Amino acid sequence: MNVTEREVKRGVKQLSPIDVYMLLPRTNCKECGEANCMAFAAKLVNREVSLEQCPPILKKEHEKTYKKLQDILAPVIKEVTIGTGEHAVKIGGKLVMYRHEFTYHNPAPIAFDVTDEMPLHARFPGEEAIIDRVKKVENFLYNYIGRDLKLDMIAVRSTSNDPTTFRSAVDEVTKTTDLPLILCTFDPSVMEAGLIAASGRKPLIYAATKDNWKEMADLALMYGCPLTIFAPNDLDLLRSLSKTIIEYGVKELVLDPGTFPDEGVSDTINNFTMVRRNACKGGDELLGFPLIGTPITAWFGEKDSKEMLAWKEAYITSMLVSRYADILIMRSLDGWVQLPNVIWRFNIYTDPRKPVSVDAQLYAFGKPDEMSPVFLTTNYALTYFTVESDLKKFGGNYYLIVADTEGISVESAVAGRYLTAETIAEAVKNSGVAEKVKHKYLIIPGMAARLSGETEDELKNVSLAGWRVIVGPRDSSGIAKLLKEKWPPKEGEEE
Amino acid sequence: MKTLGEEEKKVATKLAELLKLLGLEDNRDIELEDVELTIGEIILDPSALTSATLKAITPPKMKAVPPLAPTKAKPTTILEAPFTPFVQEYPGKIREVTLGATKSEGGSRGKPVVIGGATTPAFYLFEKTPPNPPVISVDVFDMKVTLPKAIRMQVEDVWEDTAAWAKRAVDKWGAKVLTLHLLSTDPLIKDTSPAEAMKTVEEVLQAVDVPLIIGGCGDPKKDAAVFTKIAEMAEGERVLLSSVTLDMDEAGVLEGVAKAAAKHGHLILGFTALDLNRAKELNRKLCDYIPEGDILMDLTTAALGYGLEYSFTIHERARIAALMGDTELQHPVLSGTTNAWAAREAWMNLGPEWEPRSLRGPLWETVTALSLLLAGVDLFMMMHPDAIRTMKKVTQQLMTRGKAKPEKIANWANAKI
Repeated sequence: MNVTEREVKRGVKQLSPIDVYMLLPRTNCKECGEANCMAFAAKLVNREVSLEQCPPILKKEHEKTYKKLQDILAPVIKEVTIGTGEHAVKIGGKLVMYRHEFTYHNPAPIAFDVTDEMPLHARFPGEEAIIDRVKKVENFLYNYIGRDLKLDMIAVRSTSNDPTTFRSAVDEVTKTTDLPLILCTFDPSVMEAGLIAASGRKPLIYAATKDNWKEMADLALMYGCPLTIFAPNDLDLLRSLSKTIIEYGVKELVLDPGTFPDEGVSDTINNFTMVRRNACKGGDELLGFPLIGTPITAWFGEKDSKEMLAWKEAYITSMLVSRYADILIMRSLDGWVQLPNVIWRFNIYTDPRKPVSVDAQLYAFGKPDEMSPVFLTTNYALTYFTVESDLKKFGGNYYLIVADTEGISVESAVAGRYLTAETIAEAVKNSGVAEKVKHKYLIIPGMAARLSGETEDELKNVSLAGWRVIVGPRDSSGIAKLLKEKWPPKEGEEE
Repeated sequence: MKTLGEEEKKVATKLAELLKLLGLEDNRDIELEDVELTIGEIILDPSALTSATLKAITPPKMKAVPPLAPTKAKPTTILEAPFTPFVQEYPGKIREVTLGATKSEGGSRGKPVVIGGATTPAFYLFEKTPPNPPVISVDVFDMKVTLPKAIRMQVEDVWEDTAAWAKRAVDKWGAKVLTLHLLSTDPLIKDTSPAEAMKTVEEVLQAVDVPLIIGGCGDPKKDAAVFTKIAEMAEGERVLLSSVTLDMDEAGVLEGVAKAAAKHGHLILGFTALDLNRAKELNRKLCDYIPEGDILMDLTTAALGYGLEYSFTIHERARIAALMGDTELQHPVLSGTTNAWAAREAWMNLGPEWEPRSLRGPLWETVTALSLLLAGVDLFMMMHPDAIRTMKKVTQQLMTRGKAKPEKIANWANAKI
């Protein structure tokens, strides 16, 4: 018999609603809002509710089973909290190794470095400065399918190796921002100066090494902060330090096997994979902690132009987002570097079982009347929100028919035959738009241009005779131009 | 699967009752899995485990880390806890496939390219180094096409001369494989005839000596006619016909294409839209006409920001299922990575803070490619020279372990940039 991934997973971390149900009070009191305890158990296993939503389990008589349930529901990768109050960020908390096994929790926050030798403000254009960089992190914003994507944290590094200098830099940062912090230095006395300045902020300490672990562990205990273990390309040391520091009494750990640019990429990816696999598939609790990736090391690798180093940092980041980093430290704040990564991070932390889709129906923008243009698109959320934001931006009154393509974008839906002349005709008919407008023109996406002729035939088949198809732009940003040129359509001019 | 014992039957009955309570008895998928989870006690057969595996497995009910007991002395030296990687054995293996054939093999290609053969998940070098690195095929079109500016700049002087475009890709960008997209054959574009398309392929075969992938236009019947003609003409070249679909089967033309490919010694790419069951169905059908070793799969590449996560996860799932023994998924996989440019973030003017697009665009393609590289893709169709260069370099770096230089980053936290 071979040991399959699935079997190992079950052996190490098997959990079914029944296991949980058996430990619940089984009163079916509905106080949690669910129909019965079994339904609550199913949601618990799916991490859709928290155990504390069950009032009876919190009672004294259930203390033992409550503890047991907490244990069995604990994620295989421990959740570590950095920061306090509303600005705290949780990292790790992963239940599985592969995304298709279960939704990944806690999107990896990205921290950006400032150093204690940077000026507060740039003195000449292009100079890196503490407050400027912090503000840039805070102000980063990209609206993606109706969600605001942001950057998350500040990592203060001590390049001065001087406690006073570090303390004053950390002090400036804490005065400037509420973002959670990482303090970076290998010198315990410098670290302590920073911790004093950041008191009450619960920063992540970076990092304990084979040389300073004892002092750093003391600081973590004294200041109540999570502690990173840094063991570059040495998993024996990483695991040994984990064991040692746990026994020393530190509970919240973060692991760094090292992010190596250039020729070390393979070791980086293999180390991250091995550590995560031992934790998830092998049940190794010494390695069941969040992993920190530091793509910023690209800047300490081979000499190259700024652009090339930022490029390298960008793609290493994307690889670590795919391969198990639970938190990242970066340098480049350029929009072109960050955009693919914040989007990829958002994507990979979505529920893999759920297509990102919107309801297939007729949507109205502004106050459409009987002569308003009628557009059609697919129900993939990104497609819909893209078209929506463009239509809103242009102003005006429109109808938008959303066809059900099982949450797939226009181009893929056409290729995969989810969007066909038949499905378009059906969507138009079901939308009831024909009763709302006097004209008979349907504007389809440019990506579906090939379907235009057939669609006119199919529209006839669903008793929408006389309807004509206008091929719209390949991207909805071109809608304004299309309308300017082609709306209202003149007889004989439609495509 | 072992048979149910009395105890397990009882649990199963109990479970069925509970599910009924929930009104879930008709809901097959999720609940059945739970039934299995509940009653299927897993017994790990020690004889099947390597000694390394045994060492690595800690008992499932490992003792929780004891809370810090005030009486217990804190360690003063590092407690040794060596690392042993958790390794696995996989019953399955990805088939190895050769693109292109040399003169002595019946073709005229200079260097055939071997892909596939993986016996572990992608780049698990701690288990085994992959036998063949993933390969990049560069896109060439048989007509002027709408291309983002970042790409257009690289090709606009040759884009009306397909053979010259092909030579540019090989000589200048170092392409080891080319994809020739016969876009003009689309009935809705130029409706170029199969005979003309064949001529274009012939020209390209003469202009360059790398293996070729022949891309159709997406119209099932037209593609079948074009592919069949080209299969005959390019006898023995081991070109990859990209792609065939279940739609072709519905249109009754799949058999003809697959048989032509088999008869004239070519490979076939089966395309399905993010659906492993359909991918398996198509592969089963193809196996009736063509050796299973001549089939590749395209499971759909959605652009970053446009559903890449679906592609990523379906590729991971397919690769693990194949390694676990699902023979219908043990074909090498191809990604149409150029699709990355479908995302507006790859090419659109979003304002000065997101510039330059000349970097953002190729990075978009690079990130799309690297994500799928880690998910197990064997063959990439790509477009932008900078994205291709990075992919090649990273792929090469990923093939060898033990080159990390700890001293380079040991002091990074305190180092000046």
